[in-house]
Amino acid sequence: MHQLTHLAAIEAESIHVIREVAAEFERPVLLFSGGKDSIVMLRLAEKAFWPAPIPFPVMHVDTGHNFPEVIDFRDRRVAELGVTLVVASVQTSIDTGRVREDARPGSSRNRLQTTTLLDAIAEHRFDAVFGGARRDEEKARAKERVFSLRDEFGQWDPKRQRPELWNLYNGRHRPGEHMRVFPLSNWTELDIWQYIGDEKIEVPSIYFAHRREVFRHDGMLMAVGPYLPTPEGAEVFETTVRYRTVGDMTCTAAVESAATTVADIVDEVAASRITERGATRADDKFSEAAMEDRKREGYF
Amino acid sequence: MTELLRFATAGSVDDGKSTLIGRLLYDSKAIFEDQLEAVERTSRSRGDEQVNLALLTDGLRAEREQGITIDVAYRYFATPRRKFIIADTPGHVQYTRNMVTGASTADLALVLIDARKGVLEQSRRHAFIASLLRIPHLVLCVNKMDLVGHDQDVFEAIKAEFREFATRLDVADLTFIPISALHGDNVVDRSPNMPWYEGTSLLHHLEEVHIASDRNLIDCRFPVQYVIRPRSDAFHDYRGYAGTVAGGVFKRGDDVVVLPSGFSSRIRSIDTFDGPVEEAFPPMSVTLTLEDDLDVSRGDMICRPHNRPVAGQDVEAMVCWLDEQAALTPGGKLGIKQTTRSARALVKDLRYRLDVNTLHRDEAATSLTLNEIGRVTLRTTVPLFYDEYRRNRATGSFILVDEHTQHTVGAGMILSAPD
Repeated sequence: MHQLTHLAAIEAESIHVIREVAAEFERPVLLFSGGKDSIVMLRLAEKAFWPAPIPFPVMHVDTGHNFPEVIDFRDRRVAELGVTLVVASVQTSIDTGRVREDARPGSSRNRLQTTTLLDAIAEHRFDAVFGGARRDEEKARAKERVFSLRDEFGQWDPKRQRPELWNLYNGRHRPGEHMRVFPLSNWTELDIWQYIGDEKIEVPSIYFAHRREVFRHDGMLMAVGPYLPTPEGAEVFETTVRYRTVGDMTCTAAVESAATTVADIVDEVAASRITERGATRADDKFSEAAMEDRKREGYF
Repeated sequence: MTELLRFATAGSVDDGKSTLIGRLLYDSKAIFEDQLEAVERTSRSRGDEQVNLALLTDGLRAEREQGITIDVAYRYFATPRRKFIIADTPGHVQYTRNMVTGASTADLALVLIDARKGVLEQSRRHAFIASLLRIPHLVLCVNKMDLVGHDQDVFEAIKAEFREFATRLDVADLTFIPISALHGDNVVDRSPNMPWYEGTSLLHHLEEVHIASDRNLIDCRFPVQYVIRPRSDAFHDYRGYAGTVAGGVFKRGDDVVVLPSGFSSRIRSIDTFDGPVEEAFPPMSVTLTLEDDLDVSRGDMICRPHNRPVAGQDVEAMVCWLDEQAALTPGGKLGIKQTTRSARALVKDLRYRLDVNTLHRDEAATSLTLNEIGRVTLRTTVPLFYDEYRRNRATGSFILVDEHTQHTVGAGMILSAPD
């Protein structure tokens, strides 16, 4: 009696975190990419304040290399909730000379997002930024706090993290600093899908198996599309795939899958022997510390 | 239904802690091939003879370079019965801070002892911190049983010695399990190598240990976190008090009183996005509406009229100091956060500093520095609504914040109102 399921327990914890931020910060914003984790995070925010609307805007850092299905989904969901959407554009950062794009064809804009994100945080004077990162994704993330302080350069210093005890989050910060807040810290990929199934939450169609033209690149299946040129001599073939993560088209790979329902995906994830980032993210393959290094610079 | 169990592990690499965690994760299929490959690659490049499973948990560059663990790492695995969150804390003497952090939310603490070395100072320290943080269940894994010939006498001797020490602590539930993490004996399945051991395997214990009664379901406590006022056409006069239940079971229709005002009312509804519920208990996040229009704001406490927390500005507590730079000294002023209430606190007195290895009380101490624990008297600028930590971990805990750096510098566990 009086015992919650594990999903109800982590849901309650996330709602607590989201409310704590709304109570203690002046200008929070929630990062919403249209990916499954940020979809769940947005649902939790909706739950946290119901029957009032979500009391902060959402922001998408747009690389300009998105899957069109995901952008459609993003706009539809934002309209349903009546929240304000801030789009921070990497293309604008390139056009205004804030960042320089790698001229090589097919290069990813992944790393450039950091500047765009930090500029947008400064411009809108956001003091708390909700991110959908999970600790099970990657080992640098496994050590990050739920309330993660960023200095005036947006940097994360893993050696100077504040101890975080009980559910007493310390949101205090000095002018110019901001807080990254990760309400999904204790969720796993499997939790996310079970929750999406239980709650009947809609997700973009590319998470489900579909026919797509792909080619092999570094052992990963990349979609044929406008942003990543098909390498010379690469064999293009059509097969049944789905996406396990949704990032930008140049660095997110598809996986071969026949999963057409959320229940199929839950089974597939439960049986998978490869992490979602290992299976699908070219951006993590640079080195053992690729994520830590990007996080130190101010990445998500 | 799968439940959630949070546990903290303490011990150093030498005790085989990483190997044990690695085995639990591997055998429950929570380690993935690409993670294992990365670890194998790094182990080879460092010239390690065996695959170093510690690399799975040591996520930061500095940790891998120096071969140490500097921070709490969180790991996840699940069985059909439970989902587990492991707070993996380093065991070195200087990292009491990390163990306190990892232990604060744990349902269970797992302490490792090397069967060849017996009960060390470090094992005692870990057990003491687990009891200080009131972790309800303590499991002592006597590891490397294979290196002592799976000898029952070795196990029994360690058990007896530790039990003797534990009588000085406040440990509700103590379990001993002889294991070999390297070979998997008694980790997932009962080991044929130790037929004399009649208990369950570690994983079986983690799946079955009874945690439902660990929460306080008696004293109703609802710290108001956020006031919800939609001001929309459909919910024009709606005024809801959102928060996480910190104790007891609240039911619709219950008489309640709001602190500090002391006004009484009745619970009109317990609302959630998914519809109203009849009752709410820890750790549910819900929204209460009341029959009467009262002035209630964040930091207020909703409770039952005949079961109220202590309301006062004087607090006696055990404090663990977490900051490398400043020290806690009498006369110092700090920020304090307890439930959803924030205030300032003056350190009126440091009664004693506790030696975590010997439990000796040093009453001549004049300060607490990093990783030190002591009994402190505080005076706060506004009343706090609290219970003894031993009665309620949610309403009996607080953090201290340096008002200049804004860092979290202390963790407090309330003993009582001062006499």
